[in-house]
Amino acid sequence: MTTLHFTVNGKPIEVEIRENEYLAEVLRYRLNLTGTKIGCNEAECGSCSVLVNGVPVDSCVYPALKADGCEVLTIEGLADSWKAEGGRMKDELHPSREAFILHPLQEAFVQNGAPQCGFCIPGILMTSKALLDHNPNPTDHDITAALKDTYCRCGGYSFIKDAIKAAGEKMQHPDQPIRPVGLPETKAPLKVIGRPLPRPDAVEKVTGAAMYTDDVSFPGMLHARTLRAKYPHALIKRIDTSRARALPGVAAILTADDIPGEKNHGLVINDWPALAYEKVRYIGDPVAVVAADTREIATAALGLIEVDYEPLPVVSDPVQAYQPDAPKVMDSGNLLKHIKVRKGDMTRGFAAADVIVEDTFRTATTEHAFMEPECAIGRVLDDGKIEVYVGSQIPYQDRSQIAKCLNVAVEQVRVIGCLIGGGFGGKEDIAGQIHVALLTRATGHPVKMLYDRHESLLFHPKRHATVIRVKIGAKRDGTLTAVETELYGDSGAYASLGEKVMTRATTHSAGPYEAPNVQADCYAMYTNNPPSGAFRGFGVTQSAFAVESMMDRLAEALAMDRIELRRKNALKVGSVTNTGQLLRESVGLLECVDKVESKIVELQQMGDASLSRISFAPHPVPGAPHRLRAWGLAVGYKNTGLGGGAPDKSSAEVELRADGTAEVRTSSAELGQGLPAVVAMCAAEELGLPYERVRVLLSDTDCTPDGGPTTASRQTYVTGNAVRYAAKTLREAVAATLAEKYDVPPDSIRFEEGLARVSGHTVPLGDAAVLMKNEGRSPKALYEYWAPKTQPLGTGGDMHFGFSFAAQAAEVEVDTQTGEVHVLRLVAAHDIGRAINPMALQGQIEGGMIMALGNALTEEFIVEGGYVFTDYLARYKMPSIKHAPEIISFIVEDETADGPYGAKGVGEIASIPTTPAIANAIYNAVGVRVMSTPVDQDKILLALRRGEHETR
Amino acid sequence: MTLWEHYHLPRSVDEALSSLAAYDGRACVVAGGTDLLLELQQGRKPPVAALVDVTRVSEMTQIAETDGTIYVGAAVTHTHIVASPLLAARATCLVESCGVVGGPQVRNVGTLGGNVAHALPAGDGTISLVALEAEAEIAVSGRRSAVSREWRPVLSLFKGPGKSALDRSRELIVRFRFKGAGSGEGSAFKRMMRPQGVALPIMGMAVWLKVSGGVVDEARIALGPAGPTPMRATKAETYLSDIPLVDDVLPQLADLVLQDAQLRTSPHRATADYRAELIPVLLERALKLAHRRAATGEAVPEGLGM
Ligand SMILES: Cc1cc2nc3c(=O)[nH]c(=O)nc-3n(C[C@H](O)[C@H](O)[C@H](O)COP(=O)(O)OP(=O)(O)OC[C@H]3O[C@@H](n4cnc5c(N)ncnc54)[C@H](O)[C@@H]3O)c2cc1C
Ligand code: FES
Ligand code: FES
Repeated sequence: MTTLHFTVNGKPIEVEIRENEYLAEVLRYRLNLTGTKIGCNEAECGSCSVLVNGVPVDSCVYPALKADGCEVLTIEGLADSWKAEGGRMKDELHPSREAFILHPLQEAFVQNGAPQCGFCIPGILMTSKALLDHNPNPTDHDITAALKDTYCRCGGYSFIKDAIKAAGEKMQHPDQPIRPVGLPETKAPLKVIGRPLPRPDAVEKVTGAAMYTDDVSFPGMLHARTLRAKYPHALIKRIDTSRARALPGVAAILTADDIPGEKNHGLVINDWPALAYEKVRYIGDPVAVVAADTREIATAALGLIEVDYEPLPVVSDPVQAYQPDAPKVMDSGNLLKHIKVRKGDMTRGFAAADVIVEDTFRTATTEHAFMEPECAIGRVLDDGKIEVYVGSQIPYQDRSQIAKCLNVAVEQVRVIGCLIGGGFGGKEDIAGQIHVALLTRATGHPVKMLYDRHESLLFHPKRHATVIRVKIGAKRDGTLTAVETELYGDSGAYASLGEKVMTRATTHSAGPYEAPNVQADCYAMYTNNPPSGAFRGFGVTQSAFAVESMMDRLAEALAMDRIELRRKNALKVGSVTNTGQLLRESVGLLECVDKVESKIVELQQMGDASLSRISFAPHPVPGAPHRLRAWGLAVGYKNTGLGGGAPDKSSAEVELRADGTAEVRTSSAELGQGLPAVVAMCAAEELGLPYERVRVLLSDTDCTPDGGPTTASRQTYVTGNAVRYAAKTLREAVAATLAEKYDVPPDSIRFEEGLARVSGHTVPLGDAAVLMKNEGRSPKALYEYWAPKTQPLGTGGDMHFGFSFAAQAAEVEVDTQTGEVHVLRLVAAHDIGRAINPMALQGQIEGGMIMALGNALTEEFIVEGGYVFTDYLARYKMPSIKHAPEIISFIVEDETADGPYGAKGVGEIASIPTTPAIANAIYNAVGVRVMSTPVDQDKILLALRRGEHETR
Repeated sequence: MTLWEHYHLPRSVDEALSSLAAYDGRACVVAGGTDLLLELQQGRKPPVAALVDVTRVSEMTQIAETDGTIYVGAAVTHTHIVASPLLAARATCLVESCGVVGGPQVRNVGTLGGNVAHALPAGDGTISLVALEAEAEIAVSGRRSAVSREWRPVLSLFKGPGKSALDRSRELIVRFRFKGAGSGEGSAFKRMMRPQGVALPIMGMAVWLKVSGGVVDEARIALGPAGPTPMRATKAETYLSDIPLVDDVLPQLADLVLQDAQLRTSPHRATADYRAELIPVLLERALKLAHRRAATGEAVPEGLGM
């Protein structure tokens, strides 16, 4: 041990540390300054950025002793640093709280909606502070250079840019208000619904106060680590933990034999061993878990566990997996599910076609790379009840899965949600939840299991790699006669949500078109790759790439305008989908296409006033003829809700408090998408309360009713509705109470500004709550909302209760000397029913498109023979601010009758048409069709050189 | 697992070398740590007993000029290099190459010495040092810890990919020196990244030119990865001497560079074919830029921070 002397946030600090600690560890775990986040431990993501002597460094790889004698500024000191610099400003968000001063950056981030999940925000703020300190008027280029290696996976780059500029202005002109972000036009707002309000948790996310799971700790807490498989496919012959057990500081080592109950977990099929027994099926399979006094000891213990394996042949791709002689991943074989869509008569359909096009596309496995790696903490209470702290997308299902493995009643387990630093579908499956529960029971101590980035990459389910064949027949006028698709999906070692994901890929594989004859076959296959599961877009991202690429090819074959071709076949009210669903309302696809088309025409007319429709022709960059620009377009659709006959419900409770605030409670999860704002707004609208007076409590299985899984773009719809109806029920109860007291009809009472207006009297809602209590009524209401019923695939009828639609166009620039591709602009229109909070909505839209841009251009999770190559972030590149194009966004509000205020889901649709729009633009620019994602500049250049027209 | 036990922050070269010597090969020099610490953490290097941090050795953190020779301390950070008006004007390629290393956080701690000692064939700063024909001052602790110093050409410090010729138990780089650009001299650096896969440049190239009366008097072309170590394209350099740089000679020059280059396919990074396509492109871009700088004497570094 040695003493580190330094200044942290203006205060001199002396702290005893080991000589090999990193600055981030000292700040987080010794000084309890948990605002500094660790996203990767490899100087890649920038989450851990703090200022040392005024310049940003990655504290995760910065030896703490390097900071000896230095001044360190962390997010916790940002606001005070502003005060110390003499900065003064009113807190615009909370005018009543004079004392609460934020740095202009923090203020601008809050007001401009920059934080989504918030995990990246401390690092981004610190990096931005260093920028503004010497350059208060940064250009886009300056900001991009400063934030180049500070990633936001929620993709809020344009919000971040705007907020930084606004903060710079504010620093120079403290008396002026913060310049608001530009948002797309939406319908006139109601009292609260439809207004761009900051998220309720925004302030804590910009001050570092926000608590994610690894920020929580308990006295006496042990640290756990997981031993993972050595081979992608092998029999386990023997596990010997005796040497590891003997290591001082080791409290427990558990293997599958120590699981008292159900040994497997699984969201749909129980096929995933919590700890591997008999065999391992992928390289991330957990074989044993260790709890020890420190993480270092736990890590050392892993190295002492002896496991004898008998390696088995590896199944490494879904097409191979389907061959009869392929090695078997599961005893039952490799076929997880054959999914079929049948409509009409294919032979007749193709016979009626004048033109038929057919080709096969491939998409890569991709990784969520949420900025916050998984963490779970288990704690056994005196009465034996187990608490698990975790950032999970499905708290109630976690609870039942934990209880089953522990062989206890569900009431014996409480899952408490912490803030989630991004999920995108990747935090639905069990990560460490079961293991910490087992370990805390075994040791009696609280136990924390934190995955580092490397482990997170190896372990959690990914986006399916697919092979998709599309065959389309059409009449000369463009009318589709038949669409046939065949998909292979790599579902990896365990089922996870693989079947559901590939079902969505399949049902959406003919695009948002009405074709009379459709046949789709999908083979979701087990392999020895990491499992595939839910990931924003849920399979549709992949099939949209294939079908929308083919629609452009069909337009070319027909010599027809590609927009006209899409218009002609687009789904509209009255269409019947491939699965036999009659669309009765809320199909805004054509309006989306119109909006995008007219915007691009407008943009192009600046260069050539004679244009009346979009030109998809390539244009060289003036002065650089080797750089060619062109636009490309694609459309897409995505269901809202679980669909397929699954009961889709959500419960929420709303309670009025004596202090005039209301609390909304539901277990639904906030992953950064903005649910707390949505539910607070629904409650505020119905109760006539100011938005700031609604508190939101999420994700606690003891205190919040079950909101169901946060998946399938469903929460705004189902939980929004649950809250809205709960609040309405509560309002009616308040009205009934007041009506009795003042002897007026209940519907004569008006609710506004937190007051009930009862014929001449105004009663604050807090008083009404007290009155209700005094009368023995409870000022709260619980509502269980059931979404409209759906039908299983193959039975016809409504497979889904709603669809969101989008049209997107990308302008790309391809360098014909190097093959480099840049996306310059994205123009997009999304039909999401109704914009509840236009700011949060825009965050989802831009974030979804940025993520999809990564899917198109940068991201590929590479697995070779079952071994993961991309096991560090340095090898898995997601889009940085450098890749973020200008985004021009339109909102189409084609309301759906049952949605809250007409809203449908938005979480996924934005990430669906982007990839094919970019791929189509590349083809339009240089005549090379991208047949597999991600786009490879290497292949594009070589295709150009060889005169080829596609990359395989 | 303990990646290192002790951390030393010596104030002088002698102190640094005696710390190194004390551990008898079980200690390692660290500067910014942006390469070394990741290698330790990811198990690509075995744990060490001690790290000897050289970033507080003042003679290693200076940028200075004496009689036309520029000295850059080995522990000077990329940020410091980019901010130096002296280097921008007189060693433009070095500023351009250090200006594209990582992001600000990495440049704020990563050093030029670390870039060289890490010995990748495509270290950005390294490639520019090679084009500048830089030398490195190596301090060596001999028996009974007598410290001696010697200047060696930067190119001689490389044995193979990731293999430095330095004896890590008793040698360290103190500083670099090279001649700053005079009149008629200019340099430029260009590189190509790939947005997917491994975060390493797939080709980097630095060019230094001396021109007079419309012809190139002397050319130096450094590139990597085009072999196990950074390299000079000597055939092309010779060809370019005493002729004017006109578009017509570019194809021939590119061919000559390709003759010297040993291009490889690195899995998930770039194919040899693709690299071969890039060489003429980078060559043209870097040559023209360096030529313009040499001819006009104006040198504003390009592409910094991107
Ligand atoms: C996110 C990220 C992005 C990066 N991007 C780039 C890039 O674009 N281009 C690029 O070239 N590099 C890049 N790097 C690599 C690295 O940052 C640079 O090579 C940097 O210059 C290394 O310097 P350092 O001081 O951090 O070296 P260290 O990690 O401290 O040391 C590297 C090696 O050099 C030795 N060493 C250091 N100083 C001396 C000395 N004075 N004498 C003898 N031996 C010494 C060490 O013992 C060690 O073996 C990147 C790294 C990261 C993490
Ligand atoms: S860069 Fe430090 S945590 Fe990612
Ligand atoms: S808000 Fe940036 S990663 Fe979520």
